[in-house]
Amino acid sequence: MNKKSLAIPYLIWSALFIIVPLLLIVYFSFFQEGQFSFQSYQKFLEPYYIKALWRSVQLAFFSTVICLIVAYPLAMLLSGKEMSNKQVVLLLVILPMWMNSLLRTYAWASLLENTGVINSLLQGIGLPTIKFLYGDKAVIFGMVYNFFPFMVLPIYNALCKIDPHLVEASYDLGANKVTTFRKVILPLSMPGVVTGIVMVFMPALTTFLITRLLGGGKVMLIGNIIEEQFTRTRDLSFGSAISMILMVLVLLALTFLGKKDSLDGKGGGLF
Amino acid sequence: MKKLIKVGLPLALAGVLVLSLVGCGGANESSSSGNEKVVVYNWGDYIDPDVNAEFTKETGIKVVYSEYANNEEMYATVEPGNVNYDILIPSDYMIEKMINNDMLAPMDTSKIPNYTKIDERFKGLPFDKEDKYSVPYMWGTVGIVYNKTMVDEPVDSWDILWDEKYDDKIFMYDSERDSIMVALKKLGYSMNTRDPKELEEAKNLLIKQAPLVLAYVGDEGKGKMVNGEAALMIAWAGDAMVMMDQNPDLDFAIPKEGSNYFVDSIVIHKDAKNKEAAYKYIDFLCRPDIAARNAEYIGYSTPISEARELLPEEIKNSPVAYPDEAITSADNMEMFNDPSDVIELYSDLWTQVKASNQ
Amino acid sequence: MIRWLKKSYIAVILLVMYAPIALLMIFSFNANRLPVWKGFTLDWYTKMFNDAGIQQAFMYTLLIALVSSLCATVIGTFAAMGIHRMRGWQKKCVLYVTYIPLLSPDIVIGISLMMLFSVIKLPFGLPTLIISHITFSIPYVILSVMPRLQQMNYNLYEAALDLGATPGYAFKKVIFPEIMPGVIAGTFIAFTLSIDDFVVSFFNKGAGVDTLPIKIYSMARKGVNPTINAISTLMFTTIIVVLVATNLKASRKAKDTNR
Repeated sequence: MNKKSLAIPYLIWSALFIIVPLLLIVYFSFFQEGQFSFQSYQKFLEPYYIKALWRSVQLAFFSTVICLIVAYPLAMLLSGKEMSNKQVVLLLVILPMWMNSLLRTYAWASLLENTGVINSLLQGIGLPTIKFLYGDKAVIFGMVYNFFPFMVLPIYNALCKIDPHLVEASYDLGANKVTTFRKVILPLSMPGVVTGIVMVFMPALTTFLITRLLGGGKVMLIGNIIEEQFTRTRDLSFGSAISMILMVLVLLALTFLGKKDSLDGKGGGLF
Repeated sequence: MKKLIKVGLPLALAGVLVLSLVGCGGANESSSSGNEKVVVYNWGDYIDPDVNAEFTKETGIKVVYSEYANNEEMYATVEPGNVNYDILIPSDYMIEKMINNDMLAPMDTSKIPNYTKIDERFKGLPFDKEDKYSVPYMWGTVGIVYNKTMVDEPVDSWDILWDEKYDDKIFMYDSERDSIMVALKKLGYSMNTRDPKELEEAKNLLIKQAPLVLAYVGDEGKGKMVNGEAALMIAWAGDAMVMMDQNPDLDFAIPKEGSNYFVDSIVIHKDAKNKEAAYKYIDFLCRPDIAARNAEYIGYSTPISEARELLPEEIKNSPVAYPDEAITSADNMEMFNDPSDVIELYSDLWTQVKASNQ
Repeated sequence: MIRWLKKSYIAVILLVMYAPIALLMIFSFNANRLPVWKGFTLDWYTKMFNDAGIQQAFMYTLLIALVSSLCATVIGTFAAMGIHRMRGWQKKCVLYVTYIPLLSPDIVIGISLMMLFSVIKLPFGLPTLIISHITFSIPYVILSVMPRLQQMNYNLYEAALDLGATPGYAFKKVIFPEIMPGVIAGTFIAFTLSIDDFVVSFFNKGAGVDTLPIKIYSMARKGVNPTINAISTLMFTTIIVVLVATNLKASRKAKDTNR
């Protein structure tokens, strides 16, 4: 049996529903009312669009880093031997995603407001209130909250796959905990980390709802601009051009980030 | 991992369980008799939820109902042409745009007996001067909602939104058009101006205002306003009514420089397949008792006086929901017109306002 | 001490994950349409059971999620096995294509599919919704299954063939059990993405086919109606109850076998 042929349904599917739509986007980005032009790409060079892109990259970067810092220890705990009920805990981490994300973000917007539950609690125990909402901090928080499970899962999976004998061997050879982590566990979990980074960074880069609800509309990210072009302004050409630029930039970054490993699907993966 | 699966599979089953539990009501609904149907596309939560079922019960016509969040998204999904909506309920300027793009069918008002119930002042509106395409559904004004405990001066002008006293106490509306409208009105210009110089002035004004603004909000601003998060907010009269009902410290004012008033009207799509049923549906919506129920549920104002009479006392006599006709007919109360020719300018301008924050 | 630290670390994370959900549930019992507490009521639940629109949206959401995640799983699993056998540039190309939906903003996927459907004159409705959901789900399935295949010992499959198993039988008995966890995980992710998607759905829906996320988003002008909170609460509690029940059963079984 030629097993390559198993991919044929998918190849047809992706040709129809991934490649053709992509070509449509490429077409729209270069043609305005049937006329070929670079105008849409040129328009992107205006300082405020570049600024919005840079801003989006920064915010997405910070949320990805925070996700990683919080998720890695959690994934270690969950993949550890001594945890009982770890699969339940893992499910509990994923399960909130079954509650509509828009609703959850609305809920955060009212939990975090100046007169909201959290500040009332702070006030109740005599602490000063904190202005959480509207601005970068709130947006980063929203991104971390929404995309956190996408970081936990691949790291957990990568850690579970590590052969315990390797870790034992490291100890036997006299390495302490820190060295073992640095030299054995961390490198072996890297594919999971890379997958996690991609899966958090990408949606964070292009979100427009989190910015709108938690950023109070004061933060203009590239996702908001794309959304605006496709709906309100109806400038399909410019919207397509921005998303093409974004895609190319991310592909370049990805190739650089993972060398070629991450794209080969070796070891990485979601689970 | 394997255990995860053992737990995960029942979850899928749980989904099916809820589906069958909650779903039984919905299934009955769709199996109503007859093949006649009308396909309606309306704003989200913009009708009393029982009205469609009642229409089906009375006429035997099934209502296929979908919702959208705003005019632009409605337009984006209708434009490709391979969806067959019979009835749409866009706002004034969007109707004008759709007429300009030949997307609507002429309305034969003789097939809508209740059309006569609609007040004269809602006929011949600027977006459809000959009443050829549209039947008014809801209307309202835009103004400032303010918290009397935080604002002690009279609110009668847009100027207050630029007052540094209210730094971080102002909610603007997160829509380029409404925000630019406020700035233009404050400057004393028409909100439909195409003059680049006037628009530039409006932009600079909004950039100047940006540091004072707590947030550009959508609907979530209502609850926040009730909680006292901010002192001032731009709002539609109908929403203001809801907020004032919750917090007696709130009040509503239409600034003296004038403002925007909108009308959402019912139109029939050019390619509508069920025109006869559509007329019956429109007629049903114009029936005073139904219009009153919708107006009460939505909270916006009805263009049918007879329906207004059926509303609870505090709504029908409210100067917020039903301001003096002198106010709405003043020259400085305007309706938006089709923005197609300036939309890119607006968008650039708005991006610059937002970017000034960063 | 360390054990206690570990426990509280997990507890804090779970607390943050569930705080907004708790708030949503509380507001489903709120005698106020706005998210400001006024008093207890069950009105929203009664309204939910009488609101055909919300029930229909709920049904469509689950139906689309089930169908699209299952289709995506089948196509994606076979695709992963096929790609696994590919080499060199061929493999790289296919994988890059697979990455495209992951790297595109949702709205671009939504709009470009909408343009495609309108070019080929496929009427919008349930089919277009399901196709679009399958499209953005498949990459996640492939990415879940691929690593499992990489880990698998291919010789086992060859051995089964040598011992006279048909390819189909060998697949069922050897390969499938090995990659099963990846497949299930892929289905799970696909399902999760589907029930939460708004942007792609909105541009590819047809008349009368609104999903719950579309309904929620379209309430942006008037404010989210608490009946939405009610139906979400009901769905979420059912899931949790089933989860706890199966888990208790599983642990009791485990105890029995220990004895």
